Amino acid sequence: MRFGVVIFPGSNCDHDCIHVLRNVLAQDVVELWHGDSLLDDVDCVVLPGGFAYGDYLRAGAVAATSPIMPSVKSFAASGKPVLGICNGFQVLLEAGLLPGAMLRNQSLQFRCRQVLMSVESTKTPFTWNLREGQILQMPVAHGEGNYFAPKDLLDDIERQVVFRYAEDANPNGSARFIAGVCNKAGNVVGLMPHPERASEAILGSTDGRLIFEAVIEYVTSRSRVPALPRSRAEALR
Amino acid sequence: MRTLSPSTLSPEAVGLTRSEYDEIVRRLGRDPTPLELKLFGVMWSEHCGYKHSKLTLQSLPSSAPHLLQGPGENAGVIDIGDGWAVAFKMESHNHPSAVDPYNGAATGIGGIIRDILSMGARPIALVDSLRFGPLTDPKSRRIATGIVAGIAAYGNCVGVPTVAGEILCDPGYRDNPLVNVACLGLLRHNRIARSRAAGPGNPVLYAGARTGRDGIGGAAFASEELHEASEHEDRASVQIGDPLAGKLLIEATLEALGTGDVVALQDMGAAGLTCATSEMSARGGVGMIIDLDRVPLRETSMRADEIFRSESQERMLLVVRSGSENRISSIFRRWGLQAAVIGYVTADRELRVEYRDSPVVSLPPYALAEAPAYRPAACEPPELAEQWIMPDVLPTVDPGSALMSLLRGSDVAAKRAVFEQYDHMVQIRTVVPPGGAGAAVLRIHESPPKAVAITVDGNGRLCALDPYRGAKLAVAEAAANLACVGAEPLGVTDCLNFGNPEDPEVFWTFRQAVMGITDACRALQIPVVGGNVSFYNESPEGLVPPTPVVAMVGLVRDVAQIATQSFKTEGDVVVLLGSSAPDLAASYFLELIHGLSRGRPTDVDLTTHASILAAVREAIVSGLVRSAHDCSDGGIAVALAESAIAGRVGVAVTLPYDHRAEVALFGEAPSRVVVSVSPDRLPDLQILAANHGGIELVVLGRIGGSRLSIAGPDARPMIDLSIEEMSDAYESLREVFS
Amino acid sequence: MTTVRVVITLKPGVLDAQGQAVRQGLHALGYEGVSEVRVGKHIEITMPDEASVDEISAMCDRFLANPLIEEWKIETDALPSRRPS
Repeated sequence: MRFGVVIFPGSNCDHDCIHVLRNVLAQDVVELWHGDSLLDDVDCVVLPGGFAYGDYLRAGAVAATSPIMPSVKSFAASGKPVLGICNGFQVLLEAGLLPGAMLRNQSLQFRCRQVLMSVESTKTPFTWNLREGQILQMPVAHGEGNYFAPKDLLDDIERQVVFRYAEDANPNGSARFIAGVCNKAGNVVGLMPHPERASEAILGSTDGRLIFEAVIEYVTSRSRVPALPRSRAEALR
Repeated sequence: MRTLSPSTLSPEAVGLTRSEYDEIVRRLGRDPTPLELKLFGVMWSEHCGYKHSKLTLQSLPSSAPHLLQGPGENAGVIDIGDGWAVAFKMESHNHPSAVDPYNGAATGIGGIIRDILSMGARPIALVDSLRFGPLTDPKSRRIATGIVAGIAAYGNCVGVPTVAGEILCDPGYRDNPLVNVACLGLLRHNRIARSRAAGPGNPVLYAGARTGRDGIGGAAFASEELHEASEHEDRASVQIGDPLAGKLLIEATLEALGTGDVVALQDMGAAGLTCATSEMSARGGVGMIIDLDRVPLRETSMRADEIFRSESQERMLLVVRSGSENRISSIFRRWGLQAAVIGYVTADRELRVEYRDSPVVSLPPYALAEAPAYRPAACEPPELAEQWIMPDVLPTVDPGSALMSLLRGSDVAAKRAVFEQYDHMVQIRTVVPPGGAGAAVLRIHESPPKAVAITVDGNGRLCALDPYRGAKLAVAEAAANLACVGAEPLGVTDCLNFGNPEDPEVFWTFRQAVMGITDACRALQIPVVGGNVSFYNESPEGLVPPTPVVAMVGLVRDVAQIATQSFKTEGDVVVLLGSSAPDLAASYFLELIHGLSRGRPTDVDLTTHASILAAVREAIVSGLVRSAHDCSDGGIAVALAESAIAGRVGVAVTLPYDHRAEVALFGEAPSRVVVSVSPDRLPDLQILAANHGGIELVVLGRIGGSRLSIAGPDARPMIDLSIEEMSDAYESLREVFS
Repeated sequence: MTTVRVVITLKPGVLDAQGQAVRQGLHALGYEGVSEVRVGKHIEITMPDEASVDEISAMCDRFLANPLIEEWKIETDALPSRRPS
């Protein structure tokens, strides 16, 4: 299948995502320039980590206004899978594709460390073949990953929580330990931890690969498998 | 055309002496204009001109078969095989960080990254060596946390991981912290870029951020002692970094270099355009004509000397093939950066600068770029030998509580609270992260299964007591750190931090340290590929401890064959390789526990050292040992504790010694490595040690349980501590940094 | 041209960790009377004189502030509330 990795000025995990998708998982990858608007026939869009536009107003805020974003929005509206990692997650929040907002880490410091998180929802193309409650290990590296939403919104989106930091492992003060959420349809997922940093054994964990492999299988088997596991119909509801 | 009118400025006003002024007149054949004199002021400052150090530095070994670029360029470049090479360089940013810790440290990171970029390499790692006053002191804490935050802010955003470093504290650094940062870059052999301007008629292209009034005269500022009011007065000299522009500049420059149309390039760092234009033309034996009206400005009404000397960050100067300027410019603009042709290369070896249609500078580039060289007077500090006398008796201390204090001590304690603030994983190369071993290991996925290792070492405590031996020990320690991950040393870059070189005692100390590095690098056959000298590190409180710092880069041939310091498997045998006698002289134990900075550091025997490191490397590469950790600050007790803490597993050992208990536990000696090996492979390790010139090997004990217990030869326990309580003590810096 | 100042702060109820840290620092310096500190952003926008408050408000809502977590106020000498017709 073909992934499109969006490159914003200041993205710095773009090469890492491309390396994992192309060299580790043997997929087609196209680079999508923030200043362009076409999505060039891709099956899945990845917004990588980094500091798009320096995160200068708020993390992801300026990037959310870049020319490529309207195409990302219509791509998402068509039900195709979109993944935002770290800064990519922040961009999706700022663009209104995902609910909530990010505050600075409670420690006011950047945190780079391995964390454990649990899979909370399998109703997304990135988690459909994982187990609910499955524990994944991958690193976080961010200064603004303290997920926030007012209480009623948090209650509303409870079913949209895709990943939660394991107990005692909340690296940033996130509301309800939220590490990743999806949209109502489930096809747009954002998470703060970095699956591309946990996709090769030499780097200490291969759990991140599960997320990429899930979407690859979801996309490539769609034509052959008439009824995908329980998640698919629900994911698109 | 108006002619250039002679100076009305005094040489002293720009930091030069009367005889330097005479030298300028001799080189130019006339008096310089005021603007020209200001340019000489910055270019002949110690920071840019190395005038008090360059003759001494000539002794450093700078050749090796695998060296592709030695000193004299923006960074050294070393072959790592299969068409790939690494570039690396270390720089200091001490004075700016003293005045403004956050911005000073941040721009230090930006600057060193662009030195590596100037060689055509993609920056892949940063390491830093930091010195602060005691972290119990509020001012030192403020400086320390500010510097760490500045490194994090720039390094994290620019997308270059900070993978290793050291933090040492001493009251001598209270008002003058040290910020030494090194950057490592990766490149293909055939893509090495250089700074030699060439090809008359080729356009000179300015690229990057706009020019403002940042850091005017910053280079000269770095060459003065800090005085009382510096903290408030000198704000104008501190540049502000923009890591986003720094990141865009990396991508745009590498893309521009990929066209093959870039003839030469250099970072506009210290002394800005002045330095870049004069050095690039001097190195190429050509001239340049520069029109300052074409320089993209951030502020209006800047004077010619301000534009030409500005130290605004994130700017590069390129010479490109004639006809390619529009194509190259459009690459930079696509990345959202400025690009402007500001002049041309000329054949006549004259640097001509014009502003508002009038000539403002006209002189031979070498005249500016090659500062005079001095051999200052040197004199051994008379009281040095007195400090080598050790006290006859030391008060008795409980070994267990001494170990706990050492683990808590800022020089030994875990730096986790610091490196978790740095993105140490971006670029997904970091196989051994900070804290995992004495050196970081970065895989080179472009050329598997290779990896490179990098470490940084320096010790002001040892150098204050004996600069020659202390500097030698820094090199020896760096080499040991590389060996303990299984890497062969490739090269060294150094940063030499001292006081005022015109003080004969300071200069003697500097010269001894350079001699120490020279002898150690020659003996270990490691070239010094470049580096930096930072003089005038003093404050009203006095001199900083003499602090030579070395960053050493090594090659790992197969990333699967490495070791870390953590104990891995219960039942494994713990072995000490090397037999040099531990000594409390100049030790961290003596300083921290007894408050004494005394004794003469050991003169490391480099032949023995080299054979032990070769044995350790072979044991790792052949998969014999499962962990390796050299004994450094705090002696064997700290080494054992660190390996146990990292592995979250206990160990029980017996130290067969014939010294006093604290000497055996906490005494320091180079060339001692603690390794762990599975019991069935022990005979193989013994054979390996014998084959390496009969290295002494002592079986100390076994891994297991959840306590560190160390017994003496009579089997009486000296230390018995739980891993948990040691871990808590070891994480003491959390209180300071998080 | 008119210069408009926009001040953006976190909404009451949203944890202002930066404000808390600054308050602690002030207390440490002996300013113990400080009961609350809010840290925000100050943005200066220079626009033609005929710019309207509505236009600036729209900028705040759409981009300068994130309405989920932030509130904003406009400070200016004189701005017509509507764009002149």
